[in-house]
Amino acid sequence: MSAAKNAGNGANGAAKVAKSAAKARGGARKIKMTPAEIAFDAANAAFLFLLMAVTLFPFVYVINSSISDPIALMQARGIMILPKGVQFYAYRQVFQNPMLLRGYANTVFLVLAGTALNVAMTSIGAYVLSRPHFMLRNAVMLFISFTMFFSGGLIPSFVLVQGLGIYDSFLALLLPTAMSAWNLVIMRTSFAAIPISLEESARLDGARDLTILARIIIPLSMPVVSVMILFYGVGHWNSWFNAMIYLRDRALYPLQLILREVLLASQTDDMLIDMLDDGVRPGLKEQVKYATVIVATLPILCVYPFLQKFFVKGVIVGAIKQ
Amino acid sequence: MAKSMVAKSAALGGIGIGGGAPSPGGALAGYLGRLGKNMRAYYQLYLLIIPVVAYYLVFHYWPMYGAQIAFKDFSPGEGIWGSPWAGLKHFRTYFGSYYFWRLIRNTLLLNVYNLLYGFPAPIILALLINEVRSRGYKRAVQTITYIPHFISLIVICGLLKDMLNANGLINYLLNAAFGREGVAYLLDPRYFRTIYVASGIWQQIGWGSIIYLAAITSIDQELYEAASIDGARRLRKLIHITIPSILPTIIIMLIMRMGQMMNVGAEKVMLLYNSATYETADVISTFVYRKGLLEMDYSYSAAVGLLNSIVNFALVASSNSISKRFSETSLW
Repeated sequence: MSAAKNAGNGANGAAKVAKSAAKARGGARKIKMTPAEIAFDAANAAFLFLLMAVTLFPFVYVINSSISDPIALMQARGIMILPKGVQFYAYRQVFQNPMLLRGYANTVFLVLAGTALNVAMTSIGAYVLSRPHFMLRNAVMLFISFTMFFSGGLIPSFVLVQGLGIYDSFLALLLPTAMSAWNLVIMRTSFAAIPISLEESARLDGARDLTILARIIIPLSMPVVSVMILFYGVGHWNSWFNAMIYLRDRALYPLQLILREVLLASQTDDMLIDMLDDGVRPGLKEQVKYATVIVATLPILCVYPFLQKFFVKGVIVGAIKQ
Repeated sequence: MAKSMVAKSAALGGIGIGGGAPSPGGALAGYLGRLGKNMRAYYQLYLLIIPVVAYYLVFHYWPMYGAQIAFKDFSPGEGIWGSPWAGLKHFRTYFGSYYFWRLIRNTLLLNVYNLLYGFPAPIILALLINEVRSRGYKRAVQTITYIPHFISLIVICGLLKDMLNANGLINYLLNAAFGREGVAYLLDPRYFRTIYVASGIWQQIGWGSIIYLAAITSIDQELYEAASIDGARRLRKLIHITIPSILPTIIIMLIMRMGQMMNVGAEKVMLLYNSATYETADVISTFVYRKGLLEMDYSYSAAVGLLNSIVNFALVASSNSISKRFSETSLW
């Protein structure tokens, strides 16, 4: 517990520490750098540049391939820094594909409903389990933590979902993942760091626990709540395994399952691609593939920059408590 | 038993009454009395926690109970309780099967390689990022290397398949540079582990480094200043201050990894393997999936899965206690 508090302080004091580190470095700069140190700095910067290039390369490759002229694309080999011509024919194809649009809509619904359920369940659990006057908090915490290290396995879970009668419905994707113990720990640590005195006046005014959670605790914990929304939201956006085992009705398929068919289909399962390939424009099939990737990934890349500043806090608090 | 109850009640009663040691029976009664009082005083908390506890009971503890089908001949019609007992039949079949050693070997080797290369990579990246002097450059490296963590496995595996096929980009580059013949990498069992581990590093190196960078940030700066005054150069500071300071974090992460040694998530393997590469790619979780959900052999594959859960739990527990003994760092 005290370790967790320290971690919280560590995160809060990070900015301060960084400032003093900058100062310390300023002081250190007066000491002349040895040639070895200069060489190391240069090599380090070059290596990290290479790492960034390798990380970004697939994205550049996919974007370029999706908008290039298909004929020029087929002739061009190797690494492209810029696209060969610009046209959006593949994107028009993607947006005319009813299965894909359906998958998109399903995924948007699952992300919204799933994340709302996750954040509600996690914050309620974290609130109760961070109250010092809740006598069962260690017992319940142990009860929950055990599930992080032991599970009944895939088959019993599958039998359960069938037994509950939620097989082949969205509930089979929402309920079994209603919350994650890991995220609960992160949130609980963050809630526990809020001084209890802040809620006391509200309690004197007769506020209920749910009101205190919604009006006081959550507004004071927006960084961690944002991280939770991001983690859960991205999780739902990217998830496909549960959909693959729990859904039979193709109309319910989320985006990732459709994407799997487009990107990883075996020869026998080429229905969708055949549908897309009009056979007139060579290379189009490949291009539609890339355009689909972009369309499926863009929302995540759009929210990413806004939430990035919260990452460190979310990750550090959870990991160190563990 | 009674003694542990007293200890437990003392631990649980956050603001309970300390007081003397009553008789054993009295301790239990006293505990229940305090619990009752606590429940009345804070009944809202007890109501709020019900859905959370119910979720864990139904979706986590019920499958543990359901895991008994590993010892039965389960048929969906008769249900978990009604199916006849089969004893250790399924475990014996598994131990005797051709797949047993292949699955153990593949699962372990994939993890060993992942640990060997994938575990140090983010630590090294964190140390390198920490040595960068320009804050803007530092931030750029972080921002960019975190991105792949958020890209879906489907997309990543789809692109891998695309780039690694016989006339894909990788083959083109290798051909241009070394004149190598085209190889269908994903159809050759020799390359599976390399592809799996390398793409894993590509995806997770940045994200994995966050935790170490955070640990580095919380190191007391006075340590560095004192070392500078003593004439220590950067390499010495790295070896004598930075690395020892983040060692507890490294150990915790290592325990977590050790506990997963017999566990490879089915998802990524399923997206990358095919019957041509089962020899090196088929792991326990993918086998459980194929046997159980595709071939409907519920009990057998539940037995394989249960055995794996138990081994994993034993691994976490033992690496935790080893670490507790030698470094005072532990998960619990």
